[in-house]
Amino acid sequence: MSRAAGLTLAWRFAALRLSGAPIIPIAIIGLLLLVAVLADVLAPYNPEVGTLGDRFRPPAWQAGGSEKHLLGTDHLGRDILSRLIVGARISMVVGFTAVIVAGVLGTFLGILSGYLGGWVDQVIMRVTDTWLALPALTFAIFLAAIVGPSAMNIVIILSAVYWTRYARVIRGEVLSLKERDFVRLAIVAGCSQWTIMRRHILPNVLNSAIVLGTLQLGVVVVAEAALSFLGVGVPPPKPAWGLMLADGKKGLMAGYWWLTVLPGSCIMLMVLSANLLGDWLRVKLDPQLRQL
Amino acid sequence: MKKFVVRRIGYSVLSLLLLSLTIFFFVRVTGDPAVLLAEPGASAEDLRIIREQFGLDRPLWIQYGAFMENLLKGDFGKSFYYRTPVLELYLSRLPHSLLLAGAAMVFSLLIGIPTGIIAAVRVNRWWDSIGKVFALLGLSLPSFWVGLLLILFFSVYLEWLPSSGAGTAWHVIMPAFALGWYFAAAHMRLTRSSMLEVLGSEYVKLARLKGLPEALVIAKHAFKNALIPVLTLAGINLVIMVNVAVVVETVFAWPGVGRLLFEGISFRDFPVVQATVILGGAMIIVVNLVVDILYAVIDPRIRLER
Repeated sequence: MSRAAGLTLAWRFAALRLSGAPIIPIAIIGLLLLVAVLADVLAPYNPEVGTLGDRFRPPAWQAGGSEKHLLGTDHLGRDILSRLIVGARISMVVGFTAVIVAGVLGTFLGILSGYLGGWVDQVIMRVTDTWLALPALTFAIFLAAIVGPSAMNIVIILSAVYWTRYARVIRGEVLSLKERDFVRLAIVAGCSQWTIMRRHILPNVLNSAIVLGTLQLGVVVVAEAALSFLGVGVPPPKPAWGLMLADGKKGLMAGYWWLTVLPGSCIMLMVLSANLLGDWLRVKLDPQLRQL
Repeated sequence: MKKFVVRRIGYSVLSLLLLSLTIFFFVRVTGDPAVLLAEPGASAEDLRIIREQFGLDRPLWIQYGAFMENLLKGDFGKSFYYRTPVLELYLSRLPHSLLLAGAAMVFSLLIGIPTGIIAAVRVNRWWDSIGKVFALLGLSLPSFWVGLLLILFFSVYLEWLPSSGAGTAWHVIMPAFALGWYFAAAHMRLTRSSMLEVLGSEYVKLARLKGLPEALVIAKHAFKNALIPVLTLAGINLVIMVNVAVVVETVFAWPGVGRLLFEGISFRDFPVVQATVILGGAMIIVVNLVVDILYAVIDPRIRLER
């Protein structure tokens, strides 16, 4: 086979794997990631400093708006576009970090619980059950109220609250995996428990963890926005989307719609994209999770 | 049966214990609990008195014992802000929360069940696709943003509905919609999958073979049985609604327990925050217990498991 033919084949294979991929959601998440990385370059103004003379300017296309502030200004005269752009960075960093930390922790505990069984399983699962019983948001609010607001704390809190879902699902998968022949053979071959968990179990549950993580991304972004909205999330004057909504509430009764509609739309786009991508990945990567 | 109930209750008691341990652990481990338990702006002398009063210098397990003793007596401390026992405060807010959750539940079932049935009967058709989009939107739109948009539209532009507070039936419409939105989508998804399962069962096939009209098969044979899991979920969700309403209640200034939690945070009123979280978690554990036992009463297969 010539090299070109091989390449075409590889290309075809890639195309097949990506068939039906939700292009718009991927593009939106990609765009938001790009905006998050380039936030400093893209933002036309300092998002944390405003000019009080320019308070409550509407977006450029409305009467009273100007090209100086394309999407208008808030109650302190800060540029909304700049705040949305830098806000994307906060949402992305908090969202992705929390999902990854929670995913690693939950997957690790799920594998331990499922593979070792016995009292380890009992302890981990009882804790998981109890934490799942607490409404996640209320629990997060409680933790945030104790440790105080900061972006770093939010990541820790959201990871601490959202690892349970992974642990549950992964444990279930490990329970059936460990009865399979390749695991039994590994035991016969004299592999240590640690090696079996790392080399034989982990690769087989990674798909589920990735699917769950993608679906959790939306949940975590909304949770961060809710915490910031309530004043226990990212502290002001940082331009988190949830904080912008809390600020926007002040201008709501006066009809300053852009302060509410714009940040909320960003959250919605982000969450919707993550959910669509997660649904697609679920069908593509993990037939077992289709019913989830 | 008795064995099952006893074991199930044992698990719940264990969960409640773990819940109290979790709360206790986080308060003691993350910094100085005296600062949390003292009123904002307390002096060093005040802090010392607090430490003595709560025995914060004693070993942890003795502290936990005292903590549990107070919880079991129903003593959650006194609110710094309202100067009344926290439990009283909580109970006075609960009816408002239940009213809001009830209204949101009615709304979510009125939307969720019919759309779920239509989606299942017309599976993979046009209606089903609309249902899927609706479910996805329901799960993706943050409730507080829905609430803010409702205020913008119905209070600011149309001036039809009051934007905040409670008192009349008009006040409950928007918060119930914002809160019920997510659950409507969840109930729709469950109705759809439950209905699909029932429609594939033997007795529905038999009903069809008997020559019953399709509408009757769906209404009489399928619908009734498909409804059981949905109503079970609704029962649990009602309690969950009370506990996740904090953001919606904040947006609409609705005087429920969620709003109480928010006030607790804003006024640095720690006893209120702690009590709200513990009581909320306990409520959910108890409801799960009740549902599990009821299920075992109805379905003997569950009792015999394990």
